[in-house]
Amino acid sequence: MDFGLTEEEAEFRAELRSWLATTLPRLPPKPSPDDWPGRRAYDTHWQRLLYDAGYAHLHWEAAPGLRLVFLEETELAGAPYVGANFVGLLHAGPTIAAEGTPEQRERWLGPILRGDEIWCQGFSEPDAGSDLASLRTRAVRDGDDYLVTGSKIWTSHAEIADWCELLVRTDPDAHRHRGISWLALPMDAPGITVRPLRTLAGTAEFAEVFLDEVRVPVANRVGAENDGWRVTMVTLSFERGTAFVGEVVACRRTLAALAVRARENGRWDDPALRRRLGRLHTEFTALWRLTQWNVSEARAGGGVPGPGGSVFKLRYSGARQELYEAAAEVLGPDALDLDREWAVDRLSALSYTIAAGTSQIQRNIIAERLLGLPKGGA
Amino acid sequence: MRFRLTDDQRALKSATRELLDRLRPPKALRADASGGAPRLDRVMWAALAEAGVFALRLPEDAGGVGLGAPEAVLVFEELGRALAPGPLVATHLAAGRVPGAATGETVVTRADGGLVAWLDEADVVDGGPAGPAESPAPGPGGRTAPGAGGLSGGPWGGPASGPGAQGAVPLRSVDPLTPLHRVPGPAADGPWDPAAALLTAAEQLGTAGRVTELAVRYAREREQFGRPVGSFQAVKHLCAGMLVRTELARAAVYAAAVTGDPAETAGAKLLADEAAVANARDCVQIHGGMGFTWEADVHLHLKRAWVRARSRPTADEAAETAALALAESAGESTGPPVPNQAL
Ligand SMILES: Cc1cc2nc3c(=O)[nH]c(=O)nc-3n(C[C@H](O)[C@H](O)[C@H](O)COP(=O)(O)OP(=O)(O)OC[C@H]3O[C@@H](n4cnc5c(N)ncnc54)[C@H](O)[C@@H]3O)c2cc1C
Repeated sequence: MDFGLTEEEAEFRAELRSWLATTLPRLPPKPSPDDWPGRRAYDTHWQRLLYDAGYAHLHWEAAPGLRLVFLEETELAGAPYVGANFVGLLHAGPTIAAEGTPEQRERWLGPILRGDEIWCQGFSEPDAGSDLASLRTRAVRDGDDYLVTGSKIWTSHAEIADWCELLVRTDPDAHRHRGISWLALPMDAPGITVRPLRTLAGTAEFAEVFLDEVRVPVANRVGAENDGWRVTMVTLSFERGTAFVGEVVACRRTLAALAVRARENGRWDDPALRRRLGRLHTEFTALWRLTQWNVSEARAGGGVPGPGGSVFKLRYSGARQELYEAAAEVLGPDALDLDREWAVDRLSALSYTIAAGTSQIQRNIIAERLLGLPKGGA
Repeated sequence: MRFRLTDDQRALKSATRELLDRLRPPKALRADASGGAPRLDRVMWAALAEAGVFALRLPEDAGGVGLGAPEAVLVFEELGRALAPGPLVATHLAAGRVPGAATGETVVTRADGGLVAWLDEADVVDGGPAGPAESPAPGPGGRTAPGAGGLSGGPWGGPASGPGAQGAVPLRSVDPLTPLHRVPGPAADGPWDPAAALLTAAEQLGTAGRVTELAVRYAREREQFGRPVGSFQAVKHLCAGMLVRTELARAAVYAAAVTGDPAETAGAKLLADEAAVANARDCVQIHGGMGFTWEADVHLHLKRAWVRARSRPTADEAAETAALALAESAGESTGPPVPNQAL
C-alpha cells in the first residue's frame, strides 16, 4: 500500500501542470447551460486541446494511476471536466474499446478522443427505467440494416449528439434479458425526433427521443445480436465504476470554497455547522481514497470494473447532496437565489441518486451481487 | 501509486485471522461473556506476543518484527474482528518503552476518554504516549516521515507508569468483555493520540466487517413467509448499507495508516466508529428477537464498538479536527468553486 507516485506518474504530473498553467488562461469563457451550440463548441474544443497535447486517452488507458493524476491535476487547476463528452469518453468509448471489432474501434474511438463526435445514451424508456430489461424499442432486420422504432427518455445531451448508444429489442420472443442488442445510432438519420425536457433546475439537460423506422446498419451493432444485455452490463459498470470519480475532487474544491465563505460570513463559528463541514471533508477525503483503492485493484484485475462501482456510486451521490444541503446552511438567503451558482448546483445534485441507476437499484446490486443475498422479493 | 495490499500484507492478515480463529473460537467468547468479571487470559496474551502483535513495529535489531503502521492496522483489524480481549492497543503502543510489553510479559493499559480498561488485570498503567523511542524524525513540511504512518509524533510524551489511573473508580461495564474504570480529570481532555486513534479505528473496521458477515449469513438462513429473510428488500438494503460503510471506513483507515496525517486519522476514526456502531445495530435488527438475546454474539460486537467509539477522538473531536484541516486546505486552494458538472 502506498501513494507514492512512480517516476512515470511524477513526470507526468509535472508536465501536465505546466501545460495546464499555460493552456487554461487561453480558454474562451464558459457558455451558459442552455446554450447548446456554445456548450458543444466549448467542450469539444477542450477535448481537442487534450488530444493534441497527448492527454485524451487517459480516461481509458491501461494506466489508471495516470488517470488519477490527470483527474486530480485538472480539477485542482479548475480545468473543464468532460462536459458533453461524458458518454463518449466515459462509457460508450470504453465499451467499444472492450467489446467492439477492430473496425468499430477504428471508426469511433478516434473521433471521440479528438472531440469530433459527441455521444448520448439511449437506454431508458418511458416504461423501462430501473427495470431496463423491459425495454420495448424494437429493431427489425431489413437486409444489412435494422429498422428501429420506439422511444427513449431522459437522454442527456441528445440535442447535440452525433451518436447514441442505443438498446433495442431484436428478439421479442426471447427471455427479456436475451433479446436485446447494443447499437450505435447516428443521430442525423431520418426518422429521429428529439424533444427537449426541462429539468427541475430549469435547464433543458435531457430530452425524449422518438424513433420511427430509423435505419441503422447491422455493422453498427456492438457485440453479437441478442447479446446486448451483457454489453450493457459492461457499459453500466464503466458508468457506475469510473465515470464519476473525477467529480470527487471537484466536490472537495467546492467544500473548500464553502469553508472560505463560512469563515467570511461568520457561520464557521457555529460548532454544529463547522463539524458538519468537517464531517463532509472526511467523507470526500475517504471517497477519494476509495477511488484510489478501486483503481489500484482494477489495474491489478485488468479491464472492466466490477459491481464494486455501486458502493462508490451510492455513497458519492448521497454525499454530494449532503454537501449542497450544508451549503444552503452556510449561505442563508443566497441559497434561494437562482442567480447564484450554488442554488442551481443544489438542484442538480438531486439527480445523482437517480441517474445511472437509482440508489435503491445500487443497494439491490450490492446485496445480490456483492453479498450474495437471494434475488427477488422486491 | 499502488493503494492495495501487497502479497505479504495479505498473508499477514490471513495468518492473523487463522491464529485468532484458533485462540478465540466463538464458543470461548460466549463462555467469557457469561462468566462474571472477565480475567485476562495470559496464555492467549503470550500467544499474541509470540505472533508478534505487540512487537510488530519494533525494529528487528530491537527484537521486533520491523513492520510499519499499515501492517499494524491489518493486524488490529483482525483483532477487532475476533473481539480479542485486553488492552491490546495500549500494550502495542508501549512496546519498546515499557519493559516486557513487546514480549507479552507486561500487560499495559492506559487512560483514554475518561476511562481505563482492564485496570485490575494490567501490570502497568501507561502515563502517556509515545516517548522518544517511538518518534521518528518529522519529514518535510512537519509531517511524519513516510512509512511511519499514524503511529508516531504528537505532543504527548511521558513516563511509562504515570499517574494515568489515579482516583479510578470501577463501573459496571456495558461490555461484559471489557472491564472499565472511570478516571477523573485531565485524562479526558488535552491532545489525543493519533497512534491509539488509528489502531482503535482498525479494530472498529474489523467489527464493521464481521457484523456485516454475521448479518448476511443470518439473512440467508433464517426463513419467514416461506423464504429467506435476505430475499426481502428491506433487509437487503440494510445489508448493502453495512457493506458501503465498511468499505469507506476501510479506505479511510488504510489510507491514514499510509499517510500518517493526523486529520486523516481523525477522519478514519470517525468513519470506522460510525461503521462499527451502525453496522452492529443493523446486525441486531436483522437477527430479530434473537438479536436481543444473550445467545447471539451480536450484542458483544455492539457493546465493544460503543466502548471504542468513546475512546478519543470522539465523533465531535474528530469532526473538529477535520474542520480545522478543511479550513487550512481552503486557505491554500485558489480559484473559484467548480461549477456544476452536467451528467
Ligand atoms: C439527470 C438525469 C440524466 C439521465 N440521463 C440519462 C441518459 O443520458 N440516458 C439514459 O438512458 N437514461 C438517463 N437517465 C435515466 C435514469 O437512468 C433513470 O431515470 C433511472 O434509471 C431511474 O429510472 P426511472 O426514472 O424510470 O425511475 P423508476 O424506475 O420508475 O423508479 C421510480 C422509483 O422506484 C424505485 N424503484 C424502482 N424499481 C425498484 C426496485 N426494484 N427496488 C426498489 N426501488 C425501486 C426507484 O428507486 C425510484 O425511486 C437520466 C436520469 C437523470 C435524472
